[in-house]
Amino acid sequence: MTALRPTDQAPEFDVAIVGAGPAGLAAAGAAAATGARVVVVDSSEQPGGQFWRHRSEAAGVVDSGELHHGWRDYLELRRAFDEGVARGSIRYLPATSVWMAQHDSDKELNLFTLRLAPAHGGGSSEVPTVRAARLVLATGGYDRQLPVPGWQLPGVMAAGGIQAFGKQNGMLPGKRFVIAGTGPFLLSVAAGIVHQGGSVAAVLESSNLMGWLPRAHRAAGVPAKAFEGAEYTAAMLRHRIAYRPRTVITEILGEDHVTGVRTAKVRGDGSLVAGSERQIDGIDTVGLGWGFTPQMELPVQLGVGTRQDVDGSLIAIVDEDQRSTLSGLFIAGELTGVGGAALAVIEGRVAGRVAALEAIGATHAAFTALASAANGPTRAESRAIARQRSFANAMHLAHPVPQCWQHLLRDDTIVCRCEEVPASAILESRETMAGDDLRTQKGQNRAGMGWCQGRVCGFAVSCLSGGADPTPGAIETSLANSAVEVSLASPAVETSLAQSAKRPVAQPLPLGALAELD
Amino acid sequence: MTANPPRVRATFEGEPIEAEAGASVAAALITSDRVAWRTTRGGAQRGLFCGIGVCFDCLVEIDGESGQRACMIPLQEGMRVCDAGNAASERTEGPAA
Repeated sequence: MTALRPTDQAPEFDVAIVGAGPAGLAAAGAAAATGARVVVVDSSEQPGGQFWRHRSEAAGVVDSGELHHGWRDYLELRRAFDEGVARGSIRYLPATSVWMAQHDSDKELNLFTLRLAPAHGGGSSEVPTVRAARLVLATGGYDRQLPVPGWQLPGVMAAGGIQAFGKQNGMLPGKRFVIAGTGPFLLSVAAGIVHQGGSVAAVLESSNLMGWLPRAHRAAGVPAKAFEGAEYTAAMLRHRIAYRPRTVITEILGEDHVTGVRTAKVRGDGSLVAGSERQIDGIDTVGLGWGFTPQMELPVQLGVGTRQDVDGSLIAIVDEDQRSTLSGLFIAGELTGVGGAALAVIEGRVAGRVAALEAIGATHAAFTALASAANGPTRAESRAIARQRSFANAMHLAHPVPQCWQHLLRDDTIVCRCEEVPASAILESRETMAGDDLRTQKGQNRAGMGWCQGRVCGFAVSCLSGGADPTPGAIETSLANSAVEVSLASPAVETSLAQSAKRPVAQPLPLGALAELD
Repeated sequence: MTANPPRVRATFEGEPIEAEAGASVAAALITSDRVAWRTTRGGAQRGLFCGIGVCFDCLVEIDGESGQRACMIPLQEGMRVCDAGNAASERTEGPAA
C-alpha cells in the first residue's frame, strides 16, 4: 500500500465525526453549536444509526416512530443536525465509509486525515479525503454472536438484524420467530416483531435473571429503562409469548432453511440440565444475540489505549471529557463500553462540545488549559453518565455469556461463516499448532479472513483459541452470575480481540479508492 | 407509517422482484419468498444474517458490480440483481492481514 505523505495543508474542518447514530448526532449538534466547522461521515443512507434506523426519507416515507424508543430525543437531535447542515456548519457525507484514519501530531497541533470510499457500489467517494483538527469516533456496535450447530442456515439472523430490517423496511424477514441469547434487548426485538404482525414462538434467555437482584438499585437509578422493561413485559403478556429464562438453543434445525430449534435448560455454571431438552417446530426465523460488539476498527487503527469491559468486549479507554489516550481523538457511545443509546447521546454531546472548543481554541492560539476544564461535562451530565454506566454494568453482569456454548459445538459446526471454518479446525489449530489467538488461527485455517474480517466470529474464535477455559468445572467455584468475568477477562483473549479489530483497511473498499491516494 | 409508498420493480436472476420505494434489495428478495440468494464456495445457501452491513452474508451482484450487500442498498427501478455465487472469494479489498 502506498505510504501516506503527511500534509502541511490546514484542515478544512475543526471536528470530524464518524457515525451518525445517537452518539454521532449528539456530537455533531454540540460541536456545531460552538460555531465549529463540522463534518459527519456515516455509512448509512440517512442519519439515525442502528438504534434509530428508520423508513426511507428519500422515498418520502415518514416514520411514525412507533417501533422506536427515545424517538422524540432523536427528532430533537435531528432538528439541530439538519439546521447545522442547512447553515453550512455541518457537512454531512452519508453512504460513505472511512477505510483509513491517520493522525499527525506536531506539538499541540493535531491533524486527522480520513480516507473515504462509497459505503456500497463501485467508484470513488465524491469527497475522497477530509482533514480535521479533532476527531470524534462514534461508530457504535453490532450484535455479538456465538456459533451453535445450524446457525449457518438461511433464516437464522442476528436479533438486532431482525429489528433493523423491520425498522428500515416496514416489514419482517419472516413470519414465526424464536429469539435467543441473553439480555433485555431480546425482549425489545420480540416486542417489535409482534408489533409488526409477526409471531414469536419463544424468547430464550440464557441467564437466570437472579443476577439482577443484587443490582436492582442500579436499574432504579434509570427510570426510563424500567419503563421500557414494563412495556416489553406487557407486549409479551398480551401476545402470550413464552419467555424462558435459563434456556439456550442447542441446535438449529432445518434442511435448506430454519424449521425449528432444540433447546435445553442451563445451570448458573454454564452446564446443561440433563433431561430438559425440548423442541420447537413450525418456525421460519431465529434471532440470536449475545450482547453487542463495539465497532473498534478505527480506534485500533489509530492505536488508542484499549481494555476489556465487564461484558468481555474490547473497548477504548476514555477520560471524563471522552478523550482517548491519543491526543485530539475523542470517543463516544458503544466504543467506550456497550451502554445503549441514552448513554451514547450524553457522551456524544460532551465529546462534540469539548472537541469543538478545543479545536477552535487551538486554531486561535487563545486556548488555555483552564478553558478546557470549564468545557468538560456538567455535573448533570457526569451524574447521568455515571447512572447509565452503572446500569449497563449491572446488565452485563446479570447477562453473562454462558460457558455451555463451547460444549454445544460439534466438529462440523461452522465457526467462521465467511470461510466456512468448522470448530474442529479451530480446536485442532489450538491443540496441535499453538493457534492460541486469532492471528495465528487466520494463518492456519483462514478463520476470520473472509469478507467480514472476523467481525462476526472474532469473539468466538478468540475465546476458543485464546485461553478461555472451556471446562465448566473450572468456573464452578466462581459466582455463577459473573461467569463472564472469570472466563473472558484473560490477557490472551484481550490480545486476540485486539487482533480481531486490527484490519488493514477498516472497510472493504473498491480498488478505485486506493488509486486516489495523494 | 404513511399510506402506500410507490412500488419499485427490478429483477433477480432475470425474474421480477419488487418492494416499496426505499426498501432494501434484501426486502425485495424476502418479499418474493426467497430466504437465500447466495451460494458459498462450500455449496451452502446464504441470505440475511446481520442485517446491518457487517457480515457480508447477503452479498449479491448488482448491475454487474459484485460484492454488494443486499441489506444495505435500497432497491432501485430496473436494477439487475444476480446471485453473487463465488464472487465472495474475489476480494476487492486491500491485502489481508
